Amino acid sequence: VYKIVKKQTLNQAVELMEIHAPYVARKCEPGQFIIIRVDEDGERVPLTIADYDREKETVTIIYQVVGYTTELLSKKAEGDYVQDFVGPLGQPAPLHKCDRVIGVAGGVGAAPLYPQLRKLAKMGVPVDVIIGGKSAEFVILKELFEEFCDNVYIATDDGSLGTKGFVTTVLEDQIKAGVKYDEVIAIGPLIMMKNVVKITKEYDIPTMVSLNPIMIDGTGMCGGCRVNIGGETKFACVDGPDFDGFKVNFDECMQRQGMFREEEHECRIGRGM
Amino acid sequence: MANMSLKKVAMPEQDPNVRNKNFEEVALGYTKEMAMEEAARCLNCKNKPCVGGCPVNVPIPAFIEKVAAGDFEGAYEVITTENALPAICGRVCPQENQCEGKCVRGIKGEPVGIGRMERFVADWHMANAKETEVNIEKNGMKVAVVGCGPAGITCAGELIKKGYDVTVFEALHKPGGVLSYGIPEFRLPKDLVAKEIESVQKLGVDIETNVIVGRSITIDELMEDGYKAVFVGSGAGLPRFLNIPGENHLGVYSANEFLTRVNLMKGYKFPECPTPVKVGKKVAVVGAGNVAMDAARTAKRLGAEEVYIVYRRSEEEAPARLEELHHAKEEGIIFKFLNNPAAIKADENGWVSSMEVIKQELGEPDASGRRSPQPIEGSNYDLDVDTVIIAIGQSPNPLIRHTTPGLDTQKWGGIIVNEETMETSKDGVYAGGDTVTGAATVILAMGAGKKAAAAIDQKLQGK
Ligand SMILES: Cc1cc2nc3c(=O)[nH]c(=O)nc-3n(C[C@H](O)[C@H](O)[C@H](O)COP(=O)(O)OP(=O)(O)OC[C@H]3O[C@@H](n4cnc5c(N)ncnc54)[C@H](O)[C@@H]3O)c2cc1C
Ligand SMILES: Cc1cc2nc3c(=O)[nH]c(=O)nc-3n(C[C@H](O)[C@H](O)[C@H](O)COP(=O)(O)OP(=O)(O)OC[C@H]3O[C@@H](n4cnc5c(N)ncnc54)[C@H](O)[C@@H]3O)c2cc1C
Ligand code: SF4
Ligand code: SF4
Ligand code: FES
Ligand SMILES: [Mg+2]
Repeated sequence: VYKIVKKQTLNQAVELMEIHAPYVARKCEPGQFIIIRVDEDGERVPLTIADYDREKETVTIIYQVVGYTTELLSKKAEGDYVQDFVGPLGQPAPLHKCDRVIGVAGGVGAAPLYPQLRKLAKMGVPVDVIIGGKSAEFVILKELFEEFCDNVYIATDDGSLGTKGFVTTVLEDQIKAGVKYDEVIAIGPLIMMKNVVKITKEYDIPTMVSLNPIMIDGTGMCGGCRVNIGGETKFACVDGPDFDGFKVNFDECMQRQGMFREEEHECRIGRGM
Repeated sequence: MANMSLKKVAMPEQDPNVRNKNFEEVALGYTKEMAMEEAARCLNCKNKPCVGGCPVNVPIPAFIEKVAAGDFEGAYEVITTENALPAICGRVCPQENQCEGKCVRGIKGEPVGIGRMERFVADWHMANAKETEVNIEKNGMKVAVVGCGPAGITCAGELIKKGYDVTVFEALHKPGGVLSYGIPEFRLPKDLVAKEIESVQKLGVDIETNVIVGRSITIDELMEDGYKAVFVGSGAGLPRFLNIPGENHLGVYSANEFLTRVNLMKGYKFPECPTPVKVGKKVAVVGAGNVAMDAARTAKRLGAEEVYIVYRRSEEEAPARLEELHHAKEEGIIFKFLNNPAAIKADENGWVSSMEVIKQELGEPDASGRRSPQPIEGSNYDLDVDTVIIAIGQSPNPLIRHTTPGLDTQKWGGIIVNEETMETSKDGVYAGGDTVTGAATVILAMGAGKKAAAAIDQKLQGK
């Protein structure tokens, strides 16, 4: 079992936990993820490593409560334990030196984006970020990004903070204004990443996206996480989760993400949630 | 006087039409009387051909003699000199190709029911034997085992008895390998697997779950941590796909995914257990090995009305154990031999709506003497299904190979070993089981684990 050493609420739907997990903390790199099982008989759920502390041997996860298992996790308190916590899984994000990178985050996507941009900044790459959310309250990690980003842009659906509209609008405005980006890293809902790629393709800016298909083992054993990258089948848990956005078949990803929608709904109803 | 009946004493089984709706074990096992009656069929042959057919050389006539005499604990001791997991082997060994395949009684009539008796003895021991304290003298050296499937468990069990400190690192949250996530409850009860694993833990083997060697820690790091040798028993878990159009449609699973959802994650108890598994009304399982039979019979139990086995060769080439083919037929699985999938089609929402299949005929024998299937021009038809499960084989996971410099592997991914010692190209690293051979059998994996343990001991004792 693995101890929850810290728990924090970021907004009404998003929480942060720091978990004692020596094996993961010792070796993880930005871009990698873990799989958590809250209790015996529980589901295996993948979550990105948002941060880590090699000395304290802890790993930070930031999750949005969307269904049965994330809700179950959210019921755990500081000092409680989770049953299983395995990782680090997936490939470290392929980060390289260049002149400027902009990160684009939608909702809880800010969490996986954070360690990647921070590492780039540490490597000496100037970084900007666009954080999007439904409203001001759903914009997370703004202060943390401000520590190392040259520019932090915000976009909200209702205009309660930053620009009213989508992150893609802000991105296109920057590009049109002549800011030169060598690379874009977009992490968020599939539809957001798809729309970001639509723009960056037009301007020919290489774009990495992070895919989050349904996973079980996370080790390449089940093939459930397969995605179509440039016509080739890849397993997101071992070959990814980060891929060249220009090659991703987003429509297929979106379809596959919904494979168990009825059952997920039934699971919550059946459990009185 | 030997029992000269041409047939094995029948094994009681659940009725096919009852069992195809539940997950209880299909075969119910012999009673004492049945086991003793079957034991009397053995001729106690001097040259013991049966033993030669067993990959781990279980002293078959010797244990059967004890069964015939009603000394079941004695029989257990004989079996376990060579086989650490008899309750499992008795259930899943392809006996017809191994021990029973060589039995002289099989020349005229049915061979002696070696597997059934082995199972009986192991079950009897579990139910009746008293715990015995074991005192193992430690030698102060530690050995690491990667993967807690039959190869790893066996290797660990052997080494702990020789005095080593043994830690097994397992990627999943549960030990057992394929025995836990692949082979279904109705064929191999999970509490039985758990008991067999507990028995090596009781000897002192430490099993650390949730550690992925290559990611959580590398083999080189294990060596730096003071492990004197590492045995890799990481299996062949990477599922193969057909590479035909439509394989990513909703409702297409690899057998590994489907079986893992049901067995490891207990999807058959959904929503009590929250991992979902979705089975439609008409299911096509592609392939005809044990994995395919397990997937098909599981789908049936989860409520599918029609379940097909679609296989491009003929029944003769089907690699599944005879018993599994037979049980599957009894349970109402529909076999489509000499049928090869060409494409999977979907409805407007992306869900599987049918599978296009081409009929095959057997061509001239090839160099190996095997008649290979050839498509019959224009014979394509659409099989009306809403779920497809691909069970055409697995290969070794590349993770270990990619993270262990100096470890030589075959083109297809198998780790290369010296077959005498199971030593790899990397000093101090041994390997065995499916990760070396590709998908094979439980007993071969155990045999490899055992061989490696002996070689590791020799090396470390400087013998
Ligand atoms: C590599 C990866 C990294 C991720 N990182 C984060 C993160 O840092 N923070 C975060 O909030 N979420 C993250 N997710 C998504 C997270 O795994 C899902 O939100 C979670 O599984 C939902 O579980 P549930 O039971 O609460 O909801 P459910 O009601 O069961 O599912 C809601 C939706 O979540 C998705 N989902 C369900 N089960 C799984 C599964 N086993 N694997 C993947 N997706 C699933 C499906 O799209 C589903 O429709 C990540 C997913 C992947 C694959
Ligand atoms: C559905 C199914 C039915 C079968 N039926 C039969 C049958 O009836 N009879 C029979 O004899 N054989 C059968 N087999 C084959 C048999 O199960 C295998 O040959 C046998 O399990 C191989 O044993 P193994 O120890 O080599 O590997 P596995 O059983 O595959 O175990 C390997 C273990 O290593 C773990 N692992 C992998 N990589 C790592 C890593 N990097 N770090 C840590 N751990 C890792 C895996 O999670 C797994 O637990 C069947 C197989 C399947 C899939
Ligand atoms: S281990 Fe398998 S092959 Fe050997 S005697 Fe037992 S059932 Fe037969
Ligand atoms: S070959 Fe058959 S009859 Fe002869 S000893 Fe072996 S099991 Fe008995
Ligand atoms: S999650 Fe099973 S192969 Fe990727
Ligand atoms: Mg869920």
